[in-house]
Amino acid sequence: MSERATLSQAYRQGLAEEMRTDPRILVYGTDLFERGGHWGQVRGLGSEFGRDRVRNAPISEAAMVAAGVGAAMNGLRPVVDLNFIDFAFGAMDEIINQAAKIRFMWGAPMPLVIRGTNGVAGGGAQHNNSFESWFAHTPGLLVAMPSTPADTKGLIKSALRGEDPVIFLMHKLLAGLRGEIGGAEDLVPFGRGTVRRPGRDITVATYGVTVPRSIAAAGQLASEGVEAEVIDLRTIAPLDLELVEESVRRTRHLVVVTESQRHGGIGAEIAAALSESLYDVLDGPVLRVGAPSVPAPHSAPLLARATPSADDIARSLRAATAARVS
Amino acid sequence: MSLTAGPDAEAASLQPIDLSGVDAEQAASWYRSMALIREFETTAEPLVMQGRIPGGMHSAVGQEATAVGVVGALAATDIVTGTHRSHHITLAKGLAPDLIMAELFGKATGPLGGRGGHMHLADLSKGHFGSNGIVGAGLGIALGAALAASVTKTGQVAVGFIGDGAANIGRVWEFVNLASIWTLPLVIVCENNLYAVETPFAQVTGGGDIAGRASGFGLPAFKVDGRDVAAVYRIAAAAVARARGGEGPTFIEALTYRHGGHDVGDRETYRTKDEVERWRAESDPVLRLRRSIADAALLRPAALEGIDAEVAAQVAAAVEFAESSPYPDPATVLDNVTGIDMKIRGNL
Repeated sequence: MSERATLSQAYRQGLAEEMRTDPRILVYGTDLFERGGHWGQVRGLGSEFGRDRVRNAPISEAAMVAAGVGAAMNGLRPVVDLNFIDFAFGAMDEIINQAAKIRFMWGAPMPLVIRGTNGVAGGGAQHNNSFESWFAHTPGLLVAMPSTPADTKGLIKSALRGEDPVIFLMHKLLAGLRGEIGGAEDLVPFGRGTVRRPGRDITVATYGVTVPRSIAAAGQLASEGVEAEVIDLRTIAPLDLELVEESVRRTRHLVVVTESQRHGGIGAEIAAALSESLYDVLDGPVLRVGAPSVPAPHSAPLLARATPSADDIARSLRAATAARVS
Repeated sequence: MSLTAGPDAEAASLQPIDLSGVDAEQAASWYRSMALIREFETTAEPLVMQGRIPGGMHSAVGQEATAVGVVGALAATDIVTGTHRSHHITLAKGLAPDLIMAELFGKATGPLGGRGGHMHLADLSKGHFGSNGIVGAGLGIALGAALAASVTKTGQVAVGFIGDGAANIGRVWEFVNLASIWTLPLVIVCENNLYAVETPFAQVTGGGDIAGRASGFGLPAFKVDGRDVAAVYRIAAAAVARARGGEGPTFIEALTYRHGGHDVGDRETYRTKDEVERWRAESDPVLRLRRSIADAALLRPAALEGIDAEVAAQVAAAVEFAESSPYPDPATVLDNVTGIDMKIRGNL
């Protein structure tokens, strides 16, 4: 790893490399061919691959995803780029009732990638959803939530070589994040998390935009003498619970951090799973940090109050370690 | 099943169909396919009522000609998708009646091993890309199959069947528009059987003209007598040739009528017995073909009766096969949800 790129560039490079070696891959969505997508995520691919494989689509999310499902059944590997994942709601039947179930019902692989930019960044309630738990709750779907350029490239490459429908979520606030990326064969497998920051006292399990926030929170705790281990799950379907358990066996404390709503989300699943498997090891309750159950507001002070911050995470880490029985 | 036309007075009202240019082999093939569908559906219906087939069923009796006419215009490698009411399309596409029956029963010997059932029949190896429990959704899959055919230049044509109910689903027009602007090899067949579940077509369809709506998307759109297999075949063949020639999609509204209710057991309080009887007497698609074959002397009465006996035996054997087949092993329920291990905890 030596080349540096933004998250958007890393995605583009991963996709382009796979398109060069696999003629079955095509990508379509609104404003793709000339503009390269709303985050520049496919910029330049139009001129390289032509209009058959990089297509501008009308604002017809149901048709885009439906066409992806049928094309995947008939031998292609489509990438449907919805720009904002918020627009997936216009294609929920195609995602949930078609793409996710076809392998189970009809025995056919469904190599379909649905890419969207997700998460909270400003602009009001309808373009700032964090509904990854919906997708992770659906049997048949894989959900990727990379937090680094290297993982973005490695995960999109795995998605494009797999057989399953993948919801590929790239956070708005991470689009310009710069970092090292891997080469053409540096794939990141689904279902394998990684330790971003080692620590002996408490484990933080998180993914996506709250990875850097959790690392910042761990920095705050370090100055107070508490070393937090930050795990980046990278995909939430599948979910690498083994890595979390391996860490918690050492730290005996766990805080689960999501940007999405705490209530009923994937963080609750992680907390419940660890309570079941490591009840005797834990020195206190598993705590969760997540958004309150409210749509994202427009006004900055309201939004800040409703979005989990590094300070919120640090507060929870203090509460969890204060509950330590030792 | 009785395929005689009943009392003479009723038979007299049966509208003939134009079989000019149709040879005996073609006529026999159409009749065999349509009689098989009729026999399959009328045999399965009581099995649903008796609880031997679980999960209900939407019978395609009355709509045999649309499936046989359209699929008859396709090559084996072409693709079809269907609606919740798709036994006719499935049989026409060449799936064996014994396997379909086993799937309806939920048996391991069904083409999907009991994972699909009546509303989700499919066999991708035969170009059957699924009947679909969601109104309008099958057309979207056909659209995608056509996209793949176009990009990879396989020469395939995809046909998406929908019903009149789907004409009021917004996404259906997204599909039609995308097929039009991308010039995809797609044929859209709307079986307008006049009822969306229990709601009359005219009550809920602004403008009252589905083909007219479609033509606004810049593709040829036609209405055809959907109970005349020869007419359906001719227009489908033209649409398929156009699609295969790279000229893009065609929309066909096939005007038809379902003889039974929405599903088996429907009490049909929303239409009169007289209305149903009038449609049956005037344009039962199986009887019309049978009568017209006889009138044109394309097949001898004994040949037609022979076909009747063949399909009756075939469907009887299908029921026996389904009844005697084993259920799938419950331990396999979690198989093949995804290609990779999802590491789900607490799964059985």
